[in-house]
Amino acid sequence: MAQQDTVEPTRRDFLYIATGAMGAVGAAALAWPFIDQMNPDASALSLASIEVDISAIDEGQEIKVMWRGKPVFIRNRSAREIEEANAVAISDLPDPYARNANLGADAQATDANRGVEGREALIVMVGVCTHLGCIPLGQAGDFGGWFCPCHGSHYDTAGRIRKGPAPENLLIPPFEFISDNVIQIG
Amino acid sequence: MAGHSNYVPQSAAAKWLESRLPVISLVRGSFVDFPTPKNLNYWWTFGGILFFVLIAQILTGIVLVMHYTPNTALAFASVEHIMRDVNFGWLLRYLHANGASMFFIAVFIHMFRGMYYGSYKAPREISWILGVVIFLIMMATAFMGYVLPWGQMSFWGATVITNLFSALPLVGEPIVNWLWGGFAVDNPTLNRFFSLHYLLPFMIFGVVLLHVWAFHTTGNNNPTGINPKTKQDTIPFHPYYTIKDLFAIVVFMILFAYFVFYIPNYMGHADNYIEADPLVTPAHIVPEWYFLPFYAILRAVPDKLGGVVLMFGSIAVMFVLPWLDTSKVRSGTYRPLFKQFFWIFVAVCVGLGYLGAMPAEGGYVIAARILTTYYFAHFLIILPLLGFLEKPKELPASISEAVLSGGGKPAGAVAAPETK
Amino acid sequence: MKTMIKSVRGALLAVAALAVAAPAMAAGEGPHIERQQWSFSGPFGQYDKAQLQRGFKVYKEVCASCHGANFMAFRNLAEPGGPGFTEDQVKVIAAEYTVMKGPNDDGEMEEVAAIPSDRWPSPFPNQQAARAANGGAYPPDFSTLAKARAVASGFPGFIFDIFTQYQEQGPDYIYNLLTGYEDAPDDLDVPAGQYYNPKFIAGQTLAMAPPLFADGVEYTDGTPTTVEQYAKDVSAFMMWVAEPKLEERKRMGFRVMIFLIVFASLLYFTKKSVWRDVDH
Repeated sequence: MAQQDTVEPTRRDFLYIATGAMGAVGAAALAWPFIDQMNPDASALSLASIEVDISAIDEGQEIKVMWRGKPVFIRNRSAREIEEANAVAISDLPDPYARNANLGADAQATDANRGVEGREALIVMVGVCTHLGCIPLGQAGDFGGWFCPCHGSHYDTAGRIRKGPAPENLLIPPFEFISDNVIQIG
Repeated sequence: MAGHSNYVPQSAAAKWLESRLPVISLVRGSFVDFPTPKNLNYWWTFGGILFFVLIAQILTGIVLVMHYTPNTALAFASVEHIMRDVNFGWLLRYLHANGASMFFIAVFIHMFRGMYYGSYKAPREISWILGVVIFLIMMATAFMGYVLPWGQMSFWGATVITNLFSALPLVGEPIVNWLWGGFAVDNPTLNRFFSLHYLLPFMIFGVVLLHVWAFHTTGNNNPTGINPKTKQDTIPFHPYYTIKDLFAIVVFMILFAYFVFYIPNYMGHADNYIEADPLVTPAHIVPEWYFLPFYAILRAVPDKLGGVVLMFGSIAVMFVLPWLDTSKVRSGTYRPLFKQFFWIFVAVCVGLGYLGAMPAEGGYVIAARILTTYYFAHFLIILPLLGFLEKPKELPASISEAVLSGGGKPAGAVAAPETK
Repeated sequence: MKTMIKSVRGALLAVAALAVAAPAMAAGEGPHIERQQWSFSGPFGQYDKAQLQRGFKVYKEVCASCHGANFMAFRNLAEPGGPGFTEDQVKVIAAEYTVMKGPNDDGEMEEVAAIPSDRWPSPFPNQQAARAANGGAYPPDFSTLAKARAVASGFPGFIFDIFTQYQEQGPDYIYNLLTGYEDAPDDLDVPAGQYYNPKFIAGQTLAMAPPLFADGVEYTDGTPTTVEQYAKDVSAFMMWVAEPKLEERKRMGFRVMIFLIVFASLLYFTKKSVWRDVDH
C-alpha cells in the first residue's frame, strides 16, 4: 500500500498535467479563428493595389486617390515649392528620415528622397497625419505645405513634419511606374 | 445558490471583497462546493453540454455579426462573403449553423431525461417551467436566425410561420402586418428579426441562471429520485462533476465537429442556397428538423386556427406537466409501466418529426393525426391515470444503498472505504 | 387490469410503428439520380485540379454565355484549394472580360478590362434582361448552385448519408441533368422552347436546351471530349465554385478530430482517477 502511495501520485500528476496542457492548447487553437476573423479579409487584401493615371496633373495641381481606404495625395509641385523644400537642412527637421517605403528605412529626408525619382516635381504621399490619423489640409500652415487642423501639425512642401505633435513625416506608399504616365500604388 | 460555500477568505484583499461583494463564495457555493448527488449518470451531463453550446452560439454569433449585413439586398451576399473571403468565415458560419442543431439535440435529450427521472416533480416545478420558457425562447431565436441568410427557405419559412398568427380571429391580420412591418416579409421584417435574434440569447442566458438557481435551491434530482439523506449521498460539484461534464462536453464536441467539418450542410436545406425570391415558392417548404414534430401537429389539423392552437398547446401542456403526473414516485427507474409508456412517447415524438418532413397528403396526414392524438393523450390521460394504476417497485432507502446494490459491481468493490 | 394496460400499450405501439413505417415505403420522390465517383467526396476528398481547370474551360466556353457566377472572383482561380491557376494566368483570364466601373473623372460609367479582384461578370445586366433573352426562363447563377440542388435521399437513405458523409447531391444532380436529355415519350407534349429531361428536379421539361456536345470544347491534356466527361468536369467545377473552402475544411477537420479524440481519452482517464474513491 505504502509503495503505491509513493508511485501513484506522480503518475496521476502527469495525467492531470497532460490533460490540462492539452486543454490549454485546444483553447488557444480555438481562439485563433475568433481573433483572425477581424483581420483584413481576402477581398480587402486583393484590393491592396490601385493604378493611377497622372498625365493630367498640371504644375501646382494635386489629386487625391483612395488606396486601402485612405487618401493618397499626388502633387505636381511648383518650382518655388521644390526650392523651399531643398532650402531646409536635414538637421533642422524633427524627423530626419524619408519615410519612403520605396527606399531603405534609414534614407535621409532630403527632397530628392521624398519626391519621385527622376520627376522631382512629383510627390506621392499617404494623406494621413502621422499624429492621430486626420487628413491634413493642402497648401496651408506655416510652411506652405500641409496643415493638420486636428492638433496643429505643420508639414512643409515635401510633406515633412516641421512643427506640432506629429512624430513623423507623411508616409510615402510603395509605388512604381507601370508606364510613362501610370503609377501603381501598393 | 449560495449557502453551500465552504469558502473562508484568507488574504486581506479577499476578506475586503467578501464583506462587500461575496461573489467568490457565491460561485464556490454554486459550482465548487455545491453538494451534488453522487449517482448522477451521463444523461445529467447534458445540462453542462447545453451551457457550452449556448456560449459557443453566442461567441460565434457575435463574430458573424461583424461581417453580416441585415438588408434584403445584401444579406445573402454578406453570408457568401463570410463563406468565401472572411478569415475562417466558413468555419464560424458552419459552427453557428450546426451549433443550432446541436443545441436542439442536446435540449431534447435534456428534456427527455427530465421526463424520465421525474425532474419536473415537486419541489422542482419552477426549474422545469423555466426550462420550458428557455425552450420557447430557443425556438424563437432559432427561427429568426434561420431567416437571416435570406435564402429561399429563410424567406418562405418566415412567411409561413408568421402567417400562423393570421389564424387568430379579428386581430390576426393586424398582428401579422405588425410582425412584418409591411404587407409581406421584407426588409423591416429582416431587420427586426436580426435585432431580436441578437437579443434573445442573452435572455436565454438570464433564464438559464434562474433555472440553475431554482434546482440549486431544491438540490439536484438524481436517477433514484430520492433525496440525499446523509453526507455520504453527496459529493462536491468540483472536481467530480466539473471533470465529468468536461469529458462529456468534449465527447459532444466530437459529434459537433463531425457535422461541421464533414457534413456541414446535412442539417440545412439545399433551397437556402438560393437567394430569397418573393415571386417563387419552393416545392416543399420544410422547417428545420427541430421544428418538425410541432410542424406535423400543426398540419394534422384540418382547421387553420385549430392547428395553430394544438401546435402551441403541445408546448403549453409541458408547463402543467408537474401537476399532470399523479405518481408519488419520482424516478422512472422504479415505475415499470411508466417506463414503457415513456419510450412509446419518445417513439411518437420521433415519428411526428418524420411525418413533419413528409408532404401533407394521404397516409401521412392520417398517421400524423394518430400520433398527435397520442402525444396529447400521454400528457392528459396516460400520466394522470398511471399514478393510480401503477404499482411502483420498492424504493431504496438511500442513494448510497441504491449505488451499492445496483450497477452490477462486484461486492469487493463496494467494500472500499470512503476516504473522503 | 395490468393485462389490459399491456394489451392497450401493445396495440398503440403497433399502430405507431405502422403509422411511421407505412408512408416511409412510399417515400423517394423526385428523379432517380445515379451517384457518381468524385475526387472530393469522403473525409479526405480533395478537388482534382486538372478536372477543375477542364470544368472551368467548359463553363467559360459553354455555360457562361447564359449563367453568371457572381460570387466568384477571378482571384479565386489562383487561391489554394481551387483549380490552381497561377496569378499571371488569372490576370490574362481576367483581362479577357470587361466590367462596368466608375464613375470616372468625367462622371461616366465605363467598361474596363477586369482585374483579378473583380467578380465574374454576369452575362446579363439584370434578371429581366436574362429572362427576355431566354424565353422567360432565368438561367440561375452558378455561385451556390451545386449546394442549392439536392434530390432528397428519402428514408432510410438520409440516415446512412450521415455515416457515408454523402454531400455530393449537387454535382450528382448536375451531372445527371446534363447527360439526361432524351427524346420525349410519344404521349408527352413538350411545349415550345422546352426540352424533355427525366432527370430535371422540378418537372419533366426545362427551358435549357442540351448544352453539351461531343468535341464541343477542346481539351489539351488528352481527356476524352465526350458529353459525359464535360458534364463531369463542369459539375466538379461548380462544386468548387459553391464550396471553395472544402479542402481546407476537410484538412482542418482531420486535425480537429484527432485532437478531440486524444483529449477526450485523456479526460476519460482523468475523470476515472478523480472518481476512483467514490462509489457511484
